[in-house]
Amino acid sequence: MENLIALLVAAPLLGAAVLLCGGRRLDRAGHWLGTLLAAASFGIGAVLFFDMVGKDAGDRALHQKLFSWVPVADFQADIAFQLDQLSMTFVLLITGVGTLIHVYSIGYMEHDERRRRFFGYLNLFLAAMLLLVVADNYLLLYFGWEGVGLASYLLIGFWQHKPSAATAAKKAFLVNRVGDIGLSIAIMLMFTTFGTFAFGPVLGAAEGASEGKLTAIGLMLLLAACGKSAQVPLQSWLGDAMEGPTPVSALIHAATMVTAGVYLIVRSGAIFNAAPDAQLVVTVVGAVTLLFGAIVGCAKDDIKKALAGSTMSQIGYMILAAGLGPIGYAFAIMHLVTHGFFKAGLFLGAGSVMHGMNDEVDMRKYGGLRKYMPVTFVTFGLGYLAIIGFPGLSGFFSKDKIIEAAFAAGGAQGWILGAATLLGAGLTAFYMTRVMLMTFFGEERWRNKATASPAEPDVEPAAQTHGSHSEPHPHESPKSMTIPMIVLAFGSVFAGGFFAIGDRFANWLAPVTRFEHPHPPISVPVITGATIVVLLLGVAAAYLQYGRKPVPVVAPRGSLLTRAARRDLLQDDFNHVVLVRGGEHLTRSLVYLDHSVVDGVVNGTAASVGGLSGRLRKLQNGYARSYAVSMFGGTAILIAATLLMRAV
Amino acid sequence: MNPVNYLYLAALLFTIGAAGVLIRRNAIVVFMCVELMLNACNLSLVAFSRMHGNLDGQIIAFFTMVVAAAEVVVGLAIIVSLFRARHTASVDDASLMKL
Amino acid sequence: MSFPLLTATAVLPAAGAILTAAVPAARRTVAKWLALLFSLGTLALAAIVLVRFEPGGDRYQLTESHSWIKDFGVRYELGVDGIGVALIALTALLIPFVIMAGWNDADPLETQSKRWRPTQGFFALILMVEAMVILSFEATDVFLFYIFFEAMLIPMYFLIGGFGDRAHAGTDEAAATQRSYAAVKFLLYNLVGGLIMLAAVIGLYVVAGTFSLSEIAEMRAAGTLEMSTNVERLLFLGFFFAFAVKAPLWPLHTWLPNAMGEATTPVAVLITAVVDKVGTFAMLRFCLQLFPEASKWATPVVLVLALVSIVYGALLAVGQRDIKRLIAYASISHFGFIILGIFAMTSQGQSGATLYMVNHGLSTAALMLVAGFLISRRGSRLIADYGGVQKVAPLLAGTFLIGGLATLSLPGLAPFVSEFLVLVGVFAAYPVVGIVATTGIVLAALYVLVLYQRTMTGPVKAEVSGMPDLKARELAVAVPLIVLLIGLGVYPKPLTDIVNPAITHTMQDVNKQDPKPEVEAAK
Repeated sequence: MENLIALLVAAPLLGAAVLLCGGRRLDRAGHWLGTLLAAASFGIGAVLFFDMVGKDAGDRALHQKLFSWVPVADFQADIAFQLDQLSMTFVLLITGVGTLIHVYSIGYMEHDERRRRFFGYLNLFLAAMLLLVVADNYLLLYFGWEGVGLASYLLIGFWQHKPSAATAAKKAFLVNRVGDIGLSIAIMLMFTTFGTFAFGPVLGAAEGASEGKLTAIGLMLLLAACGKSAQVPLQSWLGDAMEGPTPVSALIHAATMVTAGVYLIVRSGAIFNAAPDAQLVVTVVGAVTLLFGAIVGCAKDDIKKALAGSTMSQIGYMILAAGLGPIGYAFAIMHLVTHGFFKAGLFLGAGSVMHGMNDEVDMRKYGGLRKYMPVTFVTFGLGYLAIIGFPGLSGFFSKDKIIEAAFAAGGAQGWILGAATLLGAGLTAFYMTRVMLMTFFGEERWRNKATASPAEPDVEPAAQTHGSHSEPHPHESPKSMTIPMIVLAFGSVFAGGFFAIGDRFANWLAPVTRFEHPHPPISVPVITGATIVVLLLGVAAAYLQYGRKPVPVVAPRGSLLTRAARRDLLQDDFNHVVLVRGGEHLTRSLVYLDHSVVDGVVNGTAASVGGLSGRLRKLQNGYARSYAVSMFGGTAILIAATLLMRAV
Repeated sequence: MNPVNYLYLAALLFTIGAAGVLIRRNAIVVFMCVELMLNACNLSLVAFSRMHGNLDGQIIAFFTMVVAAAEVVVGLAIIVSLFRARHTASVDDASLMKL
Repeated sequence: MSFPLLTATAVLPAAGAILTAAVPAARRTVAKWLALLFSLGTLALAAIVLVRFEPGGDRYQLTESHSWIKDFGVRYELGVDGIGVALIALTALLIPFVIMAGWNDADPLETQSKRWRPTQGFFALILMVEAMVILSFEATDVFLFYIFFEAMLIPMYFLIGGFGDRAHAGTDEAAATQRSYAAVKFLLYNLVGGLIMLAAVIGLYVVAGTFSLSEIAEMRAAGTLEMSTNVERLLFLGFFFAFAVKAPLWPLHTWLPNAMGEATTPVAVLITAVVDKVGTFAMLRFCLQLFPEASKWATPVVLVLALVSIVYGALLAVGQRDIKRLIAYASISHFGFIILGIFAMTSQGQSGATLYMVNHGLSTAALMLVAGFLISRRGSRLIADYGGVQKVAPLLAGTFLIGGLATLSLPGLAPFVSEFLVLVGVFAAYPVVGIVATTGIVLAALYVLVLYQRTMTGPVKAEVSGMPDLKARELAVAVPLIVLLIGLGVYPKPLTDIVNPAITHTMQDVNKQDPKPEVEAAK
């Protein structure tokens, strides 16, 4: 069985290698090959899963060491895998959703001439992400971590001829690199503290280390998680990342890669458990981000960016839960999985809408689409109900648990976190209802587009084959696109209930993460009731604004908060002024300094030596007689000196 | 006769020669002045040899004469070819060997 | 007496240089193939050295020793340790690629006389540099090392000054002025360093009475070496200065961007990937081994200078408008990492630094040579003259990206392993220095990605729209380098196995132990 773990990673890696090196010959079959290998990986994952279920809870973890990677004295990094319940959950999520999105992309990218390459990148992503979750040490995890960063970079910038896409890709990579500093330093700290950075020894010995060290490691891991999972203050890349093709947004920037930060924190639970200060910071970051993302999501008119804000916010929930310790780990992962289903479904739905609407992304130019795209409408609708936490659907179970756990954190912290999560639930209901209403209900605002669209939005290249200037003819997407949406909708509806009954999911993960029942200070039904009330309030508010009144095609100016939220709460402006401008000035002046000062000192020395020798050169006038004079003079001085020496 | 007088004469001849080398421009004259200095040295060598009762100085004088003869051959050849090229025998005109 | 393998490894390229130089003017292609053949032969010999070297054996292996200048005790002593083997392998490996990449770079211009033989000279000089570099990696006699260390300047000077990049902005005359400025600057910097080193070499002889590395080591071990603290420090500074110029370490770095910018790209690769490595190699072999106490004394200052190099080089790379100068400043940043690793005085730092030398050679060669292919197509070195190349030449863009990703140390590619080892090694000994150095990885991502974005992505510029993709010869250069980068990134163990024992010796030389972890982890 152990050998299958390597195969799990190898299958998509092979796909990536073949597709990217294979050249044009593979253009016609490449997408099938990519999908097949993703499915194969899922198949292997399933085999491993059933094998694991067949064992006792205590010894389900599999280990496999392939070879020694970097051995230098005490520093021993191996290419070695560990597959326990936590990794297994991720493997199934990644390969499952991944395969569905491969299938979806066959239809979505049909008209793109570089489809083969797209599938190559997708396979590369799967391989890296699987490596990330099955690694058995932090350095190998780092390998996967950067690998997904690379895949994300390549996929966000897939349409490289658009400067905006290229810039977004670069930004994503750079912001992630800032987070990577955290991961690097965390690994170094582990090495100096524990002498190793393999999961088993580090986590096993975590309690023996000083709390200061553990807090430092925890905070550095959090920094890494902030980068990858788009948490405040490193969240700014996620919105721009929507420049990538929609399947990418669904797979990488919603369902899997962005949740890697949650995985990292839950995986490192033993460290955080022993470092309460770090945990506190984790919960604060989670709470801030969940509100931040929700507020941004409320203001965006671009359907993908609204969903991106939502992703940020939902991951904020997970990070918050992960910061709560053993009462929250299982719920963080549970929400992560259900979120994987419904958010991927929502993105695929958004992609389907765009596919039918000539790649228009502005929701103000949608409206009334439910008649034209029934399947998309239903699956999107189910995803919508799931994400807002409608009772009985996936999101209800997973989010409700996090809210309970937040209240159970105890003391003022518990109340504040609980309130934040409740407020977030209301905001989620608001912005998702807004998306729903603007897209599928109301008048068909795309009809009179010819007169009412002064600004041409960024047109995705697939549009060229449709002809982008004519009025769109909304139509349902092909089967290869709708089937994945239907499957994901199933998951959105039933997964939560399946996981929550009898704490099934929590017990499954318990051997890895430990599990303690949260005991909130107020009774659970009250919290559930409050959640539902907040949720209804959010829906009602959105209905009043966007359901009852017609939606203007051109966005109104809006309040100060709306305008700030549209600009991602001014984070980008801050970055631009402080980092970009400041950096430019710094490099400019350094370039000048290097030339004038560092080089100048040396050149100055050279010039003064040159000047001196220039003056000395004048003595060499070429007249034999003047040389003779100096010769005589020299001889005379020598003789005089000799005589003087004699005399003394 | 007191051999020291020869030394005075040699010093006088050397001074005349040196002054000629430094002052005159005509290459032939400069050349002859150089010869004069050489011969002044020869004279003093022979004089010293006599004073010390040692033949070494005389032998060196012979060497010097041979060298001077060789020098005359080479030097005159240079001056002649210089004169052919430039139509002048002034040493100041031959100042090309500077940077 | 056994076959003098080490001498042969250096003599072969030298003989190749002479033969190549002798090829008649009309037969330039013969000269090219001859040079390639000899470089491949050297590679084969280097491979034999690699195989014959036993990692667990003596410190110096395959040794040769002959008396040379008896009066001064100068001996012709060669020998390699793991570090030397790794770097000889790197040198022998890169030269064939350099030759292939520069295949047409030195063809005579239409305007030049028919009797002029620049091509022959170009390849002969490259082989000569190879011979000198290999010998300086092999020499275990300080004086012998000094000779080769200086002798390589001569062919390098002619390579920089005589063969310019044909892609330049101004007139030919202006370019020639720039070029000779760069060449003279290169020569002067390195000569000044070399002179100071010569004084220190003589000083060492006066103090120790021998030039032989092994004898000095024995004397030190036996405690018979009488060297006062001040003398040791002065001698250390003399050696270190020369190596810091060569390496180059801030603030002695300014010759590198000029030299790399003006030289043809293969020569630029030769400078940064091969010749400069002699500087860092010599720090590890000579500074630490001959002057352990002084090395420790100087560590704080050296670490700070290395840190400045890392950050400063990276920031300047961000600010460059010229592709080749950008890569030059990136190299300065990387050399900062290497020196940081050496002076961290931990196993990880020094092993990492050695791996870094090899990996930086590979990654810079990949990035720079592909950049050279790009530049030769458009005839401009300015970043602003490019855009959207990815669309018209995907292979070129792809290989360029991989070279760039290697430069920014992406895991999975070789430089990551070495960079992380250096960072860990430094962090274990000096946490604050380690943390500051880590910012280098963000800056590296910045300059690489900005370069890639501006040249390769975006709308296709009119001037690049007809650009052909990589040809077979160019692929033959780029692909093996990329394969090596990936191979050594995933499985660097063969290299670490060779290097680690040598580092153990170096750590003993400086009498240092790795810091112990705070908690002994449950194994």
